[in-house]
Amino acid sequence: MVVNKIDLEQGWEIMQKGIMKLKNILEGLPETGISSEEYMTLYTTVYNMCTQKPPHDYSQQLYDKYRESLEEYLISTVLPSLKEKHDEFMLRELVKRRANYNTMVESLSNWFSYMDRSIVQRHSLQPLKEVGLTCFCKLVYQELKVKVRDAVISLIDREREGEQIDRALLKNILDIFVEIGTEEMDYYENDFEEALLKDSATYYSSKASGWISDEDFSPDYMLKAEECLKQEKDRISRYLLSSSVPKLLEKVQHVLWSVYANQLLEKEHSGYHGLLADDKVEILSRMLRVFSEVPIFLDTLANTFKQHVTYEGIALVNKEDAAGGTADEKVVGLHKQVFVRELIELHDKYVAFVSERFQNQKLFHKALKEALEALCNKGVGGSSIAELLATFCDNILKKRSSERLSDKAIEETLEKVVTLLAYISDKDLFAEFYRKKLARRLLFDKSANDDHERSILTKLKQQCGGQFTSKMEGMVSYGFDVSQGNQTSFEEYLSSNPNANPGIDLTVTVLTTGFWPSYKSFDLNLPAEMVKCVEVFREFYQTKTKHRKLTWIYSLGTCNIIGKFEQKTVDLIVTPYQASALLLFNSSDKLSYSEIMTQLNLTDDDVVRLLHSLSCAKYKILNKEPNTKSIASTDHFEFNFKFTDKMRRIKIPLPPVDEKKKVIEDVDKDRRYAIDASIVRIMKSRKVLGHQQLVMECVEQLGRMFKPDFKAIKKRIEDLITRDYLERDKDNPNLFRYLA
Amino acid sequence: MRRSSTKKTGQPASAVSLNSSASDLFRSASSKATSKELERIDQLFSTYADGSSGLIDPEGIEALCSDMEVDHTDVRILMVAWKMRAERQGYFTVDEWRRGLKSLRADTVSKLKKALPELEKEVRRPSNFVDFHAYSFRYCLTEEKQKSIDIESICELLDLVLGSLYRAQVDYFVEYLKTQTDYKVINMDQWMGFLRFCNEISFPDFSNYNPELAWPLILDNFVEWMREKQG
Repeated sequence: MVVNKIDLEQGWEIMQKGIMKLKNILEGLPETGISSEEYMTLYTTVYNMCTQKPPHDYSQQLYDKYRESLEEYLISTVLPSLKEKHDEFMLRELVKRRANYNTMVESLSNWFSYMDRSIVQRHSLQPLKEVGLTCFCKLVYQELKVKVRDAVISLIDREREGEQIDRALLKNILDIFVEIGTEEMDYYENDFEEALLKDSATYYSSKASGWISDEDFSPDYMLKAEECLKQEKDRISRYLLSSSVPKLLEKVQHVLWSVYANQLLEKEHSGYHGLLADDKVEILSRMLRVFSEVPIFLDTLANTFKQHVTYEGIALVNKEDAAGGTADEKVVGLHKQVFVRELIELHDKYVAFVSERFQNQKLFHKALKEALEALCNKGVGGSSIAELLATFCDNILKKRSSERLSDKAIEETLEKVVTLLAYISDKDLFAEFYRKKLARRLLFDKSANDDHERSILTKLKQQCGGQFTSKMEGMVSYGFDVSQGNQTSFEEYLSSNPNANPGIDLTVTVLTTGFWPSYKSFDLNLPAEMVKCVEVFREFYQTKTKHRKLTWIYSLGTCNIIGKFEQKTVDLIVTPYQASALLLFNSSDKLSYSEIMTQLNLTDDDVVRLLHSLSCAKYKILNKEPNTKSIASTDHFEFNFKFTDKMRRIKIPLPPVDEKKKVIEDVDKDRRYAIDASIVRIMKSRKVLGHQQLVMECVEQLGRMFKPDFKAIKKRIEDLITRDYLERDKDNPNLFRYLA
Repeated sequence: MRRSSTKKTGQPASAVSLNSSASDLFRSASSKATSKELERIDQLFSTYADGSSGLIDPEGIEALCSDMEVDHTDVRILMVAWKMRAERQGYFTVDEWRRGLKSLRADTVSKLKKALPELEKEVRRPSNFVDFHAYSFRYCLTEEKQKSIDIESICELLDLVLGSLYRAQVDYFVEYLKTQTDYKVINMDQWMGFLRFCNEISFPDFSNYNPELAWPLILDNFVEWMREKQG
């Protein structure tokens, strides 16, 4: 079939017919639908007109006419009908007209679709459907967008007032805003969303001002605020874009907050602190829900909470400081126990607060953590809280504990102590005190329950790492087993070497230096009998190992002495110090203070303590002249033949020296080594590092055990420079180099 | 008098002196010591040196100083030692002596004395001064393996080396050193740090001092002490 040339007018006439028909259909005029033959004709006409050889290739003209048709339709039909309507009616009309127009574009672009594949591609023109959208945007959308927007917003406001509105209509309109922008949300956000947020702010601002009442924290306001927020969320989720919902809710929250905030802060006795009171739980939770997106509220509340905890904590500390004024050690000790218990209670109370009242929010966890950390690093009555916790554990774990708790209660309490430890920065101080007391418990057989001892070590290990507990574990596990083995071999040695026998029953516990705390050893002059014991054991030990050195710690020993008094014999359980002093009286009736001191080769402090325990305490084994309550260097002592007691055997305690100073010294020394090691380790791997970074990494590395002081780190760096581990860079004094 | 070409031997005395002074000038200008100069330098050495040790000892130095009319505690003697790169305090070896006097172009005591002002200028040049400052510390390390100097001596050394340049800083720092008890000795790092401190830090407000940087701790403490004093 020969295809005749179609010229522009001819072809366009055909197209026009089709367009007219379509328009009529859309207007609802009686027309038959476009048949498939008609469709074929329309399509083919376009095709032909575009494929004819130039100068009869009418592609460009058709393209332009296509656009013109759309524009014409919009200007003559669509726009006038929209302009004559208002508000909701206009919106409905818009939806209708939009739908119609879409149909028009759809149909036309089908008829002209050959162009999409030809000229559009050839000349990179806008595809047909896009042209449709652009025309609509330019001629209708831009013209009417403000009116449409205002109409939508006024509908939303009416719904807020309680009217029923056509939500589907709103959704459709908003879809148009989105559609116009195709991929971009600019139109939606700029032309609609922004105005909506503003309007909502105004709306709620004036609404909310009416809710304020005179009551503390205005519970009515909060109730209404929560309710309205809920409803708003419910409403807008149905038609607003999901991206708008959180933005709008946040805005509303802020508005509700600013109306409320003034009221909150104006009242004297309320203010934020009042919110933490027990009777305000409900209102607090409401506020947390309503103002969940208002940072200023949350931050201020968290801060108040922190202050509150700090305040309560300090009150406890002050109470304890005041009580510590008494001289009686026992009373003071008891107070300290109570303090730790109260501290634990404080901790538990506010942890519950955070989880129950503050919905477990991170912000409040942080506030609590900061308050507790500041608190736990204070001193109380001359002792650090680290020390108090160690003493507390000691009291629970030893036999004849004043506490008398069930196994379960002990476990729980120990658990809580370990939890508190997390807030203490000087963990190593706690470790050392704990270790010292653990040593006493183990050596004097004062530990009540091995399982509890191990269990707390497990908990400590979980919390603070293996390095923290390795020595203590060594003490508990290995400290003794090895010794038992020793004792048996010693006894065998004695039985096979009868002349080596010292004539006294001797049990020796050999401690491995690495695990056990260090003790000051004194050159106590032992009585001859005991000297022999020491020598015998030393000889025995030499047969076992030649490479180890024994250092005797008499302060940790126990002696059983038979005291032959006038009335009856009484067995005295004393320390070697006391024993040495008493045995002096075997060869002298009366001795002066200075004679005793010289013969024993001890310091004044030790002599005073030990003589006090024997002459001024519960059991007066020695008579003192003059018979005063305390020891003076001019005193004289005599064996008290008249002493007696109803018991056959008594224990005369020698109160231990206050370990505090030594522990702190030891910890300081260990810290110096730890800082040195850390610095060297860091520099070895980095080779070159700036001062501030070095300090930072050092603090981080050591953080698990203690918080190193910047000055201390600086000092160690300087020391390491002197010892040629590091050097300062020649050009940059803030840089250090590792010297291999 | 014949003006003959310079030939050292066999010339009448006056001619020699005229010619040799010309050649001296010529040679000094091209900074090469003549063998005569070297001889005189060595001769000078032996006048002050101790016969048995072959070194100039403290006594000899004192004699030299009195001849130069300079106090033996004067910093310029230290500068001479620096020029010589003398290693041991109180002693000059013949090599050190030669090195120093050669570079100062002095072969007599009076020339040595005349060279002092120029030497001072040279030392005070910033590029040399840091080296001189370090040298003066090392010079005072008299024992083998000694790495630090006691406070008393340091105070004197500070006054000697930095006194004229940074009078105020030195005076206050010396006062501080004498009152504090943390440090009994000062090491090289702290010594050099103090010079840097004087050069860089505004005094007496310390407005640009940052203790979080790597300043030696003793200086952190000094600044704190000063601030407390200033109230």
